[in-house]
Amino acid sequence: MVFRLVKREHASRWMLLVTPLLAVLLSILASSILLVILGKPVLLTMHSFFIAPFENFYSITEIFLKFGPLLLIAQALAVGFRAKVWNIGAEGQMIIGAICASAVPVYFVDSTSGWMLPTMAVLGALGGMAWAAIAAFLKTRFNANEILVTLMLSAIALQLLYYLLLGPWKDPMGFNFPQTVMFQNEALFAPLFSGVRLNTSIFIPIAFTLAVWLLMEKHFAGFTLEVGGQAPNAATYAGFSAKKAVWVSLLLAGFAAGIAGMSEVAGPIGQLQRSVTSGYGYAGIIVAYLGALHPIGIVFAAFFLAVLQIGGDVALVSADLPISAVQVFQGLLLIFYLSVYTLVNYRIQPARVEKAASTGLPS
Amino acid sequence: MNTLEFFLAGTLSAATIFLLAALGELVAEKSGVLNLSLEGMMAVGAAVGFVVTYESGNHVLGFAIAGLAGVCVSLVFAFVTLTFLANQVATGLAVGILGLGLSALIGRNHESLTIAATEGINIPVLSDIPLIGAVFFQQNLVVYITFALAIVIALVLSTTRLGLAIRSTGENPHAAQALGCPVFLIRYGCVAFGGLLAGCAGAYASTIYTPLWADGMIAGRGWIAVALVVFGTWKTGRIAFGAVLFGMVSLGELIAQAMGARVPSQLLSSLPYIVTIIVLAAISTNTARMRLHAPFSLGETFDGSNDR
Repeated sequence: MVFRLVKREHASRWMLLVTPLLAVLLSILASSILLVILGKPVLLTMHSFFIAPFENFYSITEIFLKFGPLLLIAQALAVGFRAKVWNIGAEGQMIIGAICASAVPVYFVDSTSGWMLPTMAVLGALGGMAWAAIAAFLKTRFNANEILVTLMLSAIALQLLYYLLLGPWKDPMGFNFPQTVMFQNEALFAPLFSGVRLNTSIFIPIAFTLAVWLLMEKHFAGFTLEVGGQAPNAATYAGFSAKKAVWVSLLLAGFAAGIAGMSEVAGPIGQLQRSVTSGYGYAGIIVAYLGALHPIGIVFAAFFLAVLQIGGDVALVSADLPISAVQVFQGLLLIFYLSVYTLVNYRIQPARVEKAASTGLPS
Repeated sequence: MNTLEFFLAGTLSAATIFLLAALGELVAEKSGVLNLSLEGMMAVGAAVGFVVTYESGNHVLGFAIAGLAGVCVSLVFAFVTLTFLANQVATGLAVGILGLGLSALIGRNHESLTIAATEGINIPVLSDIPLIGAVFFQQNLVVYITFALAIVIALVLSTTRLGLAIRSTGENPHAAQALGCPVFLIRYGCVAFGGLLAGCAGAYASTIYTPLWADGMIAGRGWIAVALVVFGTWKTGRIAFGAVLFGMVSLGELIAQAMGARVPSQLLSSLPYIVTIIVLAAISTNTARMRLHAPFSLGETFDGSNDR
């Protein structure tokens, strides 16, 4: 070994702030190498990713359109991750939320009621929560691993979506495409500005972020939740419940993902279709970590990943970059983040110092 | 070949993918490392295996390079979790995402292409036995190797010094290190072995089981393999039994269609996932047994250099 890691006396606050930036730099470096291997122009691709998304107003609103669901899902997932509740099925909870919300405009095609949108929001939230509750129940009652259960539930949710879109909910006038009717205006959020897809649903993730920040940072309930998940025995001794941590984490994520699914069908998509989640459920995991599982950090991380997604779309056209390259970049980002994060708690020392240390000499 | 023969023979072939991947995961978990990037490693193996076999026409070469690719991905995981002491669950997810992305990138010029199906080997005399011959003695060589490997791994783990070293590393790395066991090296080796088998399992899926490449073709089988290790309570025989069971379930869709059942195909496609959840709940509910059989340090970061 060329180096060894030595535990720090105290976690380094400075490293905590530098970690995400270092991870971003390392992933840019690694993907540049990948781009050279693929024979793609490095500078043009980087320009497409990080400059082009800011070059016009419409593109900036599109960043915020992606920012919303990423922020919403990541905030909720982070609460669970901090409590060591590994819900990686936000994707499925989002699908069920979208399905439940869509039931309203699908069954009331001609309705112009002002209650449509609120009803859809309630149903979307309840749907996501119900789907997450299955995992919470199986975890608390049967001790079933929530990683596997939430993942399997996502796969089942996807099949349910396909069934509805190919069968009972298919638009009869839709040329056999697997999608529902386009929703009426009463079932859609109003655009923030004319001519853009960004809509009033953006305020939900922002409000949710504030609520989570208050819960986790300022309220005792957040602390009991964290202890409940991380040290079940200590928590029980102190009178906090480990089971409660599982239930709260999963229901919160189900709520957030359900609303995210609802805002997609009642927003930019305007109908239920196969690609309703755009992968937000999985990307939310990366956002949660990259934001150091902290409500404020997650705001920055969600914005960065939103830029990355829009940049990926630009690079798809400008540099003929395959869409899977964005997935590779996201994977690299998280891998580098997790590696560099170790330096918050450890110092790197050259290995030859080890001998001096083991002979008792001051290092 | 009649329907029953087709179903039973297909079950063993489908089970091979699950078993091969699960055996690798078992070895890694026995050494105390929870590698959740199995799905991604299999996807990379499937893409690499397909591309190499398609271009070279050589199945053995396809498997070899796919296995190597699996090892490479697993070493990324090992480096981050073992050398850099990162959280194993989160790293497993990250490497899994990376693997899925890489597989799509590697296979992007071969999307929906196919290669010629391979013939199974005909074991003389035995393969002529009605039913049993078609099911057990006309399979692909990889099927036999995989089931033989299950026996070998079981024996190595339970009877050899190496197996003892792996098991003690998984139970208590601190004690194992104090006794002179190279914990770090053993874990690296076990994770790499898991990568090798995952890569080969992917190659089996894309070059032999269904000889075609399509992005996302592993379709959750890696996660089911992770679940199989839990179902089998970390015992090789039970894992093999579980793999055969899931091979059968994953063929359920074909069988139901062949018998003309009027069930939505999406319900049948969900069957393996539904069964996974039910079996997982049924097995995990006995917490005492789970705790008895699970490697004690599974998933925990081991910071050996600060032990002294």
